[in-house]
Amino acid sequence: MQHSSLTVRAVLYLALLLFAALFLIPFYLVLVTSFKDVAELRRGNMLSLPETWTVAAWLKAWSAACTGAACNGLRPYFYNSLEMVVPAVLISSVIGAFNGYALAQWHFRGADAIFTLLLLGFFIPYQAILLPAAQFLGYLHLSNTIAGLVLIHVAYGIAFTTMLFRNYYVSVPSDLVKAARVDGAGFFLIFRKIFLPISLPIFTVCIIWQFTQIWNDFLFGAAFSGTTARPVTVGLNNLVNTTEGVKEYNVDMAGAVITALPTLIVYIFGGRYFVRGLTAGAVKG
Amino acid sequence: MTALQTIASVRQRKSQSSVSAWFERSVPALVLSPGVCVSVIFVYGFVLVTGYLSFTPSTLMPRYALVGLDRYRDLFSNDVWWESVNNLAWFTVPFIIGSAAFGLLLAILMDQRIRYEGALRATFLYPLALSQIVAGTAWQWLFNPTYGLERAVQNFGWSSFRFNWLGNPDLAIFCVVIAAIWQCTGFVASLFLAGLRSVDDEIVKAAQIDGASLPTIYRRIILPVIRPVFFSVTLILAHLAIKTFDIIVVMTAGGPGTATWLPSYFMYTFAFERGRMGIGAASAMMMLAMIVAVLVPLMYLESRATRNAT
Repeated sequence: MQHSSLTVRAVLYLALLLFAALFLIPFYLVLVTSFKDVAELRRGNMLSLPETWTVAAWLKAWSAACTGAACNGLRPYFYNSLEMVVPAVLISSVIGAFNGYALAQWHFRGADAIFTLLLLGFFIPYQAILLPAAQFLGYLHLSNTIAGLVLIHVAYGIAFTTMLFRNYYVSVPSDLVKAARVDGAGFFLIFRKIFLPISLPIFTVCIIWQFTQIWNDFLFGAAFSGTTARPVTVGLNNLVNTTEGVKEYNVDMAGAVITALPTLIVYIFGGRYFVRGLTAGAVKG
Repeated sequence: MTALQTIASVRQRKSQSSVSAWFERSVPALVLSPGVCVSVIFVYGFVLVTGYLSFTPSTLMPRYALVGLDRYRDLFSNDVWWESVNNLAWFTVPFIIGSAAFGLLLAILMDQRIRYEGALRATFLYPLALSQIVAGTAWQWLFNPTYGLERAVQNFGWSSFRFNWLGNPDLAIFCVVIAAIWQCTGFVASLFLAGLRSVDDEIVKAAQIDGASLPTIYRRIILPVIRPVFFSVTLILAHLAIKTFDIIVVMTAGGPGTATWLPSYFMYTFAFERGRMGIGAASAMMMLAMIVAVLVPLMYLESRATRNAT
């Protein structure tokens, strides 16, 4: 667009900077609040930097803050989340890779119908499956366990991971697969020799996206974890909304940053891939 | 089907006789089926079970006797349910309009061949990498009347400034709307930006040669071309709105009173906290019905707009 008179450009950049500030301010406030002590919160301005920087709120949020009856901070929940997210991400990604490969390159009857069925599943509100899922976990004796949460996250992640890999593998010329089959290569050999070597970018997208989704989940965590397998999002909510004692916003904010840190780090280093997962999901979803 | 595909399928049919060839041919289906079965059972099977439960007298534990539409009668005579539906409307409309308008504005601004586009996009998108619980915690603090935004503005000298929306039953829902818009706008902007980038440069250049101003070009040429994007944005935002749950729990816990209950919150509370499984299941089915009622017309419009555009 040739509309580049200097003032127009200046206004444009000013507006963009303003909006960027608008997006960053909440995070800035959370961060500075987490480094203040309670007395300063009472008298000070929420926008100002801490007069005396302290990590007391961070230590308390990590290992001593009350989340309901227990007062062990977020640490146990953080570890629960880690224990849940690693197997759930790996299993759902591997299943998605094979499913996507089969759907994209091995034409058989019903492949499109299966794909549509998986896609429509995205729109179903989880509330419509919560009750049977809770009973099902009960039958398997997986209620209130991390293994149960892993199973749930894998089951509801497959549709997305399958779609991601299918849309990636579909762009591989099918003549390549046909040539390999004529030479006698089978399903798994073709995957290993042709598809696996080109899969690093899509595995990265898939792992980043699944990690973010599963780490940030709250509904499944709240419904299925009991008191023994609570993920960190549920722990944070209990910390923030606990009715015991005085409300300490600095501890709440430190807890929020602790909860957000893993996905933020992933976003900072893999933002490019994160966006690709997002648009892949949106275009189809 | 291409010629090569036909040859391949003929080749397959010829080798059908031997068992190992049959196995070799079935490997893709065998690999695919466990994942698909799990997915179909967990999604569609469980929806059917929820539907069944909504016709039973289940309370704390499931009971499988059928009692017809009793649970739906209970639901429809429950004032809190209707308040939740009403709140959902007050949440959804400003949420969709706000995120779409703000997202489109950001997309148009970013479409002006600016520098640092990557950094700006990353800034607008980072809220999406956060859990709604984290976002809600932050915004609850900002909206806190004693120490939050209200005090900050007062400290700037506007001492009569009042901002206690969270404590006001009529306004609390808009606090949640603001937080939700903050979280979704970057995503909406990237959808719009992708749409804007797909518009043929030649049309725009031709309009410029004809002397059309930039706002006119957007209003008369570019935005009509990306009409399908408007439908998909509305579709995505509407279904996100109906599913909204986490951010309500952490910001307001449905309060003050029941002023920010949404159907999702109603379902969770009745099914998991009050031991009213039948009503919970009925409300879940109504949520599903809402999603279908929103999606089907929008999907139809989107497919029609896409067909017209190409």
